[in-house]
Amino acid sequence: MIVAEPKSFGELVEMVGDHRRLLVASCSGCTAVGGVGGVRQARELACALRIHFRIRGVELATEVAGVTRQCDPEFVAELDGAVDRNEAVLSLGCGVGVQFLADRFNRVPVFPGLNTRFAGGLTAAGIWEEKCRLCGDCILHLTGGICPLTRCAKGILNGPCGGSQDGLCEVGDGMPCAWQLIYERLSSLGRVGLLEQIRRPRNWADSGGGPRRLGNGGAGE
Amino acid sequence: MNKVSGLARLLEAGHFGVTCEIGPPKGVAVDTLSEKGSWVKGYVDAANVTDCQTAVVRLSSIAAAVHLKSLGLEPVVQMTGRDRNRIAIQSDLLGAYSLGLRNVLCLTGDHQRFGNHPEAKGVFDLDSVQMVEMVRRMGDPGEFLCGEPIRGELPVFFVGAVENPFAGSPELRVRRLAKKIEAGAKFIQTQCVFDLEGFRRFMALVRARGLDRRCHIVAGVTPLKSARMARFMRDQVAGISIPDKVVNRIEAGADPAATGVDLCVEQICELRRIEGVTGVHIMAINWEQVVPEIVRRAGLYPRPAC
Amino acid sequence: MNPDPRIIAFCCCNCAYAAADLAGAMRASYASEIAIVAIPCTGAVEPTVVLAAFEEGADGVIVAGCLDGECHYKSGNLRARERVNVLRSMLETIGLEPERLEMYQVSAAMGTRFAEIASEFAGRIRGMDPSPVRKPRGEGGEPG
Repeated sequence: MIVAEPKSFGELVEMVGDHRRLLVASCSGCTAVGGVGGVRQARELACALRIHFRIRGVELATEVAGVTRQCDPEFVAELDGAVDRNEAVLSLGCGVGVQFLADRFNRVPVFPGLNTRFAGGLTAAGIWEEKCRLCGDCILHLTGGICPLTRCAKGILNGPCGGSQDGLCEVGDGMPCAWQLIYERLSSLGRVGLLEQIRRPRNWADSGGGPRRLGNGGAGE
Repeated sequence: MNKVSGLARLLEAGHFGVTCEIGPPKGVAVDTLSEKGSWVKGYVDAANVTDCQTAVVRLSSIAAAVHLKSLGLEPVVQMTGRDRNRIAIQSDLLGAYSLGLRNVLCLTGDHQRFGNHPEAKGVFDLDSVQMVEMVRRMGDPGEFLCGEPIRGELPVFFVGAVENPFAGSPELRVRRLAKKIEAGAKFIQTQCVFDLEGFRRFMALVRARGLDRRCHIVAGVTPLKSARMARFMRDQVAGISIPDKVVNRIEAGADPAATGVDLCVEQICELRRIEGVTGVHIMAINWEQVVPEIVRRAGLYPRPAC
Repeated sequence: MNPDPRIIAFCCCNCAYAAADLAGAMRASYASEIAIVAIPCTGAVEPTVVLAAFEEGADGVIVAGCLDGECHYKSGNLRARERVNVLRSMLETIGLEPERLEMYQVSAAMGTRFAEIASEFAGRIRGMDPSPVRKPRGEGGEPG
């Protein structure tokens, strides 16, 4: 899933600025599951903003709208009426959601309430970890199901580098060396020979030519 | 202009090689670089020029290598993938060759987090194995990474790589070393060796796979200047193993720097006796002036002509 | 200073609410400014409820639940304590003193203790300025 974290309150206050009617749009997809973008968080944030502006002597009116998934135009369209009633939108979706909202509602500013961090999942209670770089050229079958691109600090394909020590990455924070993990996994799978194949330089062409696209537009269905 | 690397000729002729490391200045003071070069000239067969080591901005390794070459030294250009993508690396190497540089050491590079610009974007388009293969293929069969042929004279480099025998399981290290040699590395310079027993075990694995017959293995050494440096390297530097008895001896010595040099000379003598070790790489960190004494006392002076 | 504070106490009906009742039965006197709201468990007090109290002009909010190990829903009180900690730092971020919110833990038998807590907290709030969120009352109760 997409993992995001709240922006600082001060940043949000600055974004809201002089707008006096704010629509806070939650997303029931990834960010709700992540505990940062659901209806509950939207209500809390709206209330916190109202209190803050009240203290500053300004009345901010808020409306909270729950969106099933902000990355889907059909659900975004359900906000039409609510957007009409407000001067600005604060999205608690990921960066994808914010852009879908901004594309549809081009008469009001749409603000990101979150910083979208990565594709990952829970690895311990309250700990989210990146697992996939969305590179578009998966090699997990060659690396024992551990992604070196994501989990090695240098993203190298022929590791480990010389900074691997006692199973830990030189970059620190107690981060394990991904290549040590791969070595151990491949050893237990009896496939350690895979480590001796030279992995050729990656093809990055897919990631630097504007937004990546997928699908044939429904042709040939 | 020499067509072929002098270091390659010397090692191929079976001489026990001596290389050292020179860090370019953090500025444009080329006189300090030349001074360092003049200290080691005649005592080493080649001098590595580091490429913004520990991710700290310094004068470029290629430019520094040209300065050293003008003094009559044979430089080894270090090239990391941290700051350059495949286009920049190939372009820089064409430039290096055109300036008469013939030795390239390919490294993945220290992570930018350790340097003076920890906010920098790490490039890491190519890792060291991929870079070795690319540089080798630029010379033979003579093509860019994309497969396009290189016209005219080919940039035939003496391609080297590094290995850290002490970074994790030796078995895994040797597998990776095999990959670098398979990719085309003709010489390997190792991380500094203090733990001779560990290094002997590593070399036994290297020999068991016959890797020592496919490339030159140049063992790294570092003279320890003080007990503080010894403790720092033991405790703080990733991938370096210093046995307590080495640290204790430096601590006990009346003159730690002299003890450090004694130890270094002894280590070189021990390393020379290990089958498969064909040279020694002296990394005297900010202490290049001590290199001649070490080389002399290790019985490696004078150097053969190459 | 705030001579006329408005304080809301969210009291778990298994402990603090019963303690408040007992305080009354014992004729123990405590601050009259405290409005008690009975709740099934402090674990059920969502952050929005506390924020709403402040938005409506509360000068202070108490969350009162069971002693450690005595929650009827096992860990509702522990969750509440964590939430109160988060809310306190949130209050500070948005511009309210974190001291306006406090969590207490009592048992149903602690009538006297409840009266003490209530008076002590009311004293604290009286010593602070009125909540800046509070809308001025018609007859001129603005902060001085």
